[in-house]
Amino acid sequence: MIAILLVLFPFFASLLVLAGNAVSAKKAALFFSVLELLLTFYAYYLVRIQPDATALGCTIPWIASLGINFKLQLDGINLLLVVLTNVLLPIIVLSSFTKSYKNAGVFYSLVLFMQMALVGVFLAMDGFLFYIFWELALIPIYFICLLWGGEDRARITFKFFIYTLSGSLFMLLGLIFLYQHTPGPLHSFDINALYKAGQGLDVKAQSFIFWCMFLAFAIKMPLFPFHTWQPDTYTTAPTQGTMLLSGIMLKMGTYGLLRWLMPMVPLGIAEWGPMAIALAVIGIIYASCIAVVQKDYKRLIAYSSIAHVGLIAAGILAFNTQGLQGALVQMFSHGVNVIGLFFIVDIISTRTNTREIAKLGGIRNVAPQFAAFFLIVLLGSIALPLTNGFIGEFLLLNGIFQYSAWIAGIAGLSVILGAIYMLRSYQNSMLGEPNGLTSTFRDLTVNEKAVLIPLVVLIIGLGIYPKPLLDLTGPAIQHLINSSLPIIKP
Amino acid sequence: MITLFIISLLGVIAMLAEILKFKKLLAPLTLLGLIAAMGAGVSEWNNPVFIPVFNNMLLFNHYALAFSISLCLVTFLWFLMAQDYLKTETAITDHYALILFSLAGGIVLTAFGNMVMLFLGIEILSIPLYILAGSRKTDLASNEASFKYFLLGAFAIGFLLFGIALIYGATGSFELNTINQYILQHPGEMPAFFYAGILLIIAGLAFKVSAAPFHFWTPDVYQGAPTMITAFMSTIVKIAAFAGFFRLFSTCFVSVADSWNQLIGILAIISMLLGNITAIRQDSFKRMLAYSSISHAGYLLLAILAINNHSAGAIFLYTLAYAVASITAFAVLKKVYALKNNDLIESFNGLAKRNPLLALSITIAMLSLAGIPPTGGFFAKYVIFNTALTGGHLWLVIIAVIASLIGVYYYFKAIIASWFKPATDENLIELSLQDKLLLIITTLLTLAIGLFPEFILNLLS
Repeated sequence: MIAILLVLFPFFASLLVLAGNAVSAKKAALFFSVLELLLTFYAYYLVRIQPDATALGCTIPWIASLGINFKLQLDGINLLLVVLTNVLLPIIVLSSFTKSYKNAGVFYSLVLFMQMALVGVFLAMDGFLFYIFWELALIPIYFICLLWGGEDRARITFKFFIYTLSGSLFMLLGLIFLYQHTPGPLHSFDINALYKAGQGLDVKAQSFIFWCMFLAFAIKMPLFPFHTWQPDTYTTAPTQGTMLLSGIMLKMGTYGLLRWLMPMVPLGIAEWGPMAIALAVIGIIYASCIAVVQKDYKRLIAYSSIAHVGLIAAGILAFNTQGLQGALVQMFSHGVNVIGLFFIVDIISTRTNTREIAKLGGIRNVAPQFAAFFLIVLLGSIALPLTNGFIGEFLLLNGIFQYSAWIAGIAGLSVILGAIYMLRSYQNSMLGEPNGLTSTFRDLTVNEKAVLIPLVVLIIGLGIYPKPLLDLTGPAIQHLINSSLPIIKP
Repeated sequence: MITLFIISLLGVIAMLAEILKFKKLLAPLTLLGLIAAMGAGVSEWNNPVFIPVFNNMLLFNHYALAFSISLCLVTFLWFLMAQDYLKTETAITDHYALILFSLAGGIVLTAFGNMVMLFLGIEILSIPLYILAGSRKTDLASNEASFKYFLLGAFAIGFLLFGIALIYGATGSFELNTINQYILQHPGEMPAFFYAGILLIIAGLAFKVSAAPFHFWTPDVYQGAPTMITAFMSTIVKIAAFAGFFRLFSTCFVSVADSWNQLIGILAIISMLLGNITAIRQDSFKRMLAYSSISHAGYLLLAILAINNHSAGAIFLYTLAYAVASITAFAVLKKVYALKNNDLIESFNGLAKRNPLLALSITIAMLSLAGIPPTGGFFAKYVIFNTALTGGHLWLVIIAVIASLIGVYYYFKAIIASWFKPATDENLIELSLQDKLLLIITTLLTLAIGLFPEFILNLLS
């Protein structure tokens, strides 16, 4: 029951916000997203006291003659991502309080609709339903970027749309292919049936499925060389859109890889997994190198996000306990950190009207609080010990090391390169003497603090005490590995 | 059967309206008649047996009833949309009569049991449209459209007739069931001209469904004909032609599928790719819809190619979803055309500011045509892909996926124009109650087909 409530509540909230008064839309959106957060905590509590989480889900026949069910299920893996979504959403809404968007009612309604689709993607345990939510998430973000975005938005958001849609159509093809290999005459889209169907295929068919689905996930994350939509889109989208894209939507790709691909086609992974890991690692180095020479702050973070997500993907593809656990923890941490970074860049760019790092400098002298918050978020992002980023990256590298020491060595360069571009950008923008642009930089307002404080608490809190995340995901990961590992490594 | 009677009778009544001077009553009468026709179809649905009528000329089974109801429904929506247009025309009763007779031809096409009725159905469907396409007598483009449609249509019908004659020569019958029996009793003994007959029939029908490479008339005729007539051609004609196409091939030629399915596959590939790629470059919304209709013919051919027990349901759902979304698109185009007097996609600029309902309906319609959830178009496409994959045509489905991606590009041009591009004038657009009602009904229908497709799908499985 709680699962269906988690999905439907944001949907009705979005309708209410759309129908309601545009002036109070942001307050209403905040109120509803906080309520949804409380619901999420309740779900977390239920999952922790109840080891058998299937009772919390639901299976409602939708198109029975085609074996399509409205099946939602909660376990440690997807609950983590639902928690991430619903923790970040109030923060994202709060971060927009100083802005006055045109047609605010529509804007916040789309944001809440997006939340519905995201939660749906994570909870869906039916292939068809998963696909529907996957596509539903695309429509609101497309309109958010299109209607409230920056320069040249029509072309860029369109590229983004076509890119992601091309991936997902191939995923649909793969899902139908699997569906037809479930035992007939009444086929089924149930995830377990699809697992079984996929595992029973020969290498050639599994490779086909692998590429169909991998394409969709790789574009969404994005992995090299499918990333070319990402920096432009992140840069052009309104800040809240960028936050949704990078903080949450990107996790749809990594989650899909983890849940919908790895256990499904073990032979396909054995055949093509090394190549996919190679792509992920190339992406890490490539994106880090571009980030080092990036002049625009938002683009720098966009490229750093490609590097981070490459490491997550490599950890998932390594498919061992540490790798998967690291990937999940890092998905959570990356969501928190990247939203913090984009918010900070947004503060800089609204106050100085520039995002160019070279034009900034000396902000710490005039805005010490701002500089302190920035530093903490930044340290989280470069994975310093005692921040949340460290736990994830450590586990990820550990997992990748078990897979191949060489690859772990190369992937580990991302930590060093990350420190280089992040610290250098901090140095150039925060330290030194203030110039004409930055000498009047105002320190944080109450609203901005309200956004940054929860983020910083999460960064440090989870860095020191990551146990809740590990405890939540541990059993679910073990379950996932057990269901397919014997076939991968006979 | 009663459906066909009611529609034909309505056509006769419409002709009498001029003489007996009840023109004003014609609109409500027609709408009521269409509802009655749908009701008649529904009431026949639960008949225990379906008896062929007129010496096996027609058989109203579930397939025919479902498609007849769907045709009447779409015509009903069309009449709601076309009221303004019909009022401005001088020969209003002629228009009503021609449209209704055309619909009657469409219904015959869904129910024929004999090649003669196939031919008659197509002729009754088409001849009124040759006239209607040229109904703007002083407009050169309209004349051109009518003439082109007529000449090429006559050619295509010639092919079809020749094909029917050859089939008759080989099997000695016009009756679908007898032909089928004959083919089954003489496996591998059919003469070469029998296969030539199938080929010619495919050519004739491909013309009617505007599948490439028999599509050259489509863009010019769509653009030249009055917008409302174009809407009729791209929805009702499409449904009827596909209903006939599938009925013929699924009853007669299944057993020799190997001889023709490669050909259909090639037609499908060319239609999907050519339709979608050419549509990208169109500035005119009507021409774009023309090419898009060619591409949709390509997707639908996949279901005929795969010919299995999902095919009928897939074609039914697809044509319905396509027709409803097209009606929405044409209703919005009608409004835009009335203001700007052109059908360029640019004319949609800033629609969202001028009337949100128009922008929202065109968005949903375009999403549906592009095949994006949760609209009916997505589910229809899913069913088609599923059907084709069941038939083992993986490569064709991959091409179809690529083609639909290309399709997204031009459908989104209209969405981007209406939400994003600045308008040249900011005045609000007023909608009549009828238009509002129509847009709301079609938009809700599009969403309903996407969310609850099971009912429709189960009708024909």
